[in-house]
Amino acid sequence: MSASAMVTVTYREAIRAAIREALVADERVFLMGEDVGAYGGCFGVSKGLLDEFGPERIRDAPLSESAFVGAGIGAAMGGMRPIVEVMTVNFCLLALDQIIDNAATITHMSGGQFAIPLVIRMTTGAGRQVAAQHSHSLEGWLAHIPGLKLLAPATLKDARGMLAPALADPNPVLIFEHGSLYNMEGELPADAGGCDIERAAIRRPGTHVTLVAYGGTLATALVAAEELAADGIEAEVLDLRVLRPLDDSAVIESVTRTHRAVIVDEGWRSGSLAAEVSARIMEQAFYELDAPVARVCSAEVPMPYPHHLEQAALPQAGTVVAEVRRMTGADG
Amino acid sequence: MTVAPRLDRDHGQHLLHQMLRVRRFEEKCVELYSAAKIRGFMHLYIGEEAVAVGIMEALEPKDAIVATYREHGHALVRGVSADAVMAEMYGKVEGCSRGRGGSMHLFDAATRFYGGNAIVGGGLPLAVGLALADKLQGRECVTACFFGDGAVAEGEFHESMNLAALWRLPVLFCCENNLYAMGTAIERYESETDLALKAASYEMPAWTVDGMDVMAVEGAARKAAAEVRGGMPCFLELRTYRFRAHSMYDPDLYRSKEEIERWKQHDPIAALTAQLQEAGLLSAGDIEELERSVAEEVEAAIAFAEAGTLEPVEDLERFVYWEPPLPTPAEEVAAGGDSTDESATA
Repeated sequence: MSASAMVTVTYREAIRAAIREALVADERVFLMGEDVGAYGGCFGVSKGLLDEFGPERIRDAPLSESAFVGAGIGAAMGGMRPIVEVMTVNFCLLALDQIIDNAATITHMSGGQFAIPLVIRMTTGAGRQVAAQHSHSLEGWLAHIPGLKLLAPATLKDARGMLAPALADPNPVLIFEHGSLYNMEGELPADAGGCDIERAAIRRPGTHVTLVAYGGTLATALVAAEELAADGIEAEVLDLRVLRPLDDSAVIESVTRTHRAVIVDEGWRSGSLAAEVSARIMEQAFYELDAPVARVCSAEVPMPYPHHLEQAALPQAGTVVAEVRRMTGADG
Repeated sequence: MTVAPRLDRDHGQHLLHQMLRVRRFEEKCVELYSAAKIRGFMHLYIGEEAVAVGIMEALEPKDAIVATYREHGHALVRGVSADAVMAEMYGKVEGCSRGRGGSMHLFDAATRFYGGNAIVGGGLPLAVGLALADKLQGRECVTACFFGDGAVAEGEFHESMNLAALWRLPVLFCCENNLYAMGTAIERYESETDLALKAASYEMPAWTVDGMDVMAVEGAARKAAAEVRGGMPCFLELRTYRFRAHSMYDPDLYRSKEEIERWKQHDPIAALTAQLQEAGLLSAGDIEELERSVAEEVEAAIAFAEAGTLEPVEDLERFVYWEPPLPTPAEEVAAGGDSTDESATA
């Protein structure tokens, strides 16, 4: 057997490799956004691509989120396959008209005449002490919108593999890269390629409780599961991966096995993705539950700057462990 | 250099015919709205017809159009059939957006008509992107982007003008300045009311045109389109006026009857009619014939819309995500489809 050689890469390099592969494979693909070219990407993702592909395909845009996101939509309708980079999810608020009123609606509003094969990548999440205008997790908000597809790569394999199928999709796909993951390092097969963008994935099997996580909270859930294992509680960790449309069956199957669920979500609790997942469990698996569904979310406060307050605002493994112990009766 | 349009009999009557098509179509829409056949928001273009008609003369089938929610005229003149537009107003499957869009969201892939955008300024970034796609794929196309004076106050206008000029994208920006952003007069919302001057600050050719004179609009559009095909975006401020209220809900209390009457003296249809008659290029019989053919077209469109079908409610959630078009019977035959399919073997 010829197992492919493994290479050590970071999350950042895995995304770069995916972008590079897309640019090589299809001349309709181009990357557009603020500082993607000469600067090499705000988070260094596109470093080196300008030299290799030139300014037509690695296109530095002015600080005009609405115009360049909208231009991505128009270019997609005109036959291109744009990858638009928005620095952070907070900045995408400046382009919400284009994302919601155009990207998400034109296919339907035109009676199905136009596909919007557009990918928008953006950084999300907190943990780097960049305060209340660069730290929020608004995935749940955008997951509210029919017409969009949302992906949250939490692993190297997904960072490497989600872009190709997203570009092949005839619908607008938003990819959320958690800022704390860019330096995550690990091994990937040298020939790693595309992956599915429909299903959630079990990252750790377990029998006593399901921890539902995505993006930045996957690591939190895995740490919590390790700690619980020491107590003899086997937590199953489910990575949602796809935030719209949600893979209900994976969640329900897991909860049907474990009979308990804790949702770990960096968004605020009110109106969150955690709320949505919780409601679906209640609707579809109410009689499987041995305890009410629990949520560990961010505190309902704009993200504060000081480290200790930021950490207090974010979902922590310790909180997840405490919730599980409480619901399994192992807390006392 | 482009040739200025010539006012010969055929061309003059063609322009008049196009303007009459829009005018009579919309006059009928008002009746149909009162009869509750058409619902929702409806914005009439009556008074502004010379703009769409003149601009479209400079466009070719390969060019793209992005329009606003006041776009019945643009769609009709571009070549979207009156049948398909009327059926859309009726919310029928036979409409140009399958009934899903209505008056404000007319779309037609066949004529590269990209809406029907009802967020003021929202169409400009799209037009920039369509032009970018054309440029990157080496197609010498123009994207004509229509928007009102109100859009000039939006950030998306400034962002899009900058981007188009910076990247030398083939966009023809057509600002239909009817002097009001809904009910607010331009001098009450713009610090600089010379919109061409404003546009010129983005380093693109920009000038003002009498939007009530279809020949002037056509001439300007031909000149601008030539610039755009040469690789430079252009901006036209088309000074025009809507004779009707902003929408069917608007009591029109913010402007005087005298002002409206004054502008009606510049009705583009009456003006061209007089011009052609003076030049001996239009007889009473010609007018009668034009009116007859337009009335026939509009009546046929109403009959088509009336006979149309409503989408089954089971299909409510279709087209939220793109679905490949179903093959036509002919395509199924060509693909060696299921021979038991009656439609394929018929």
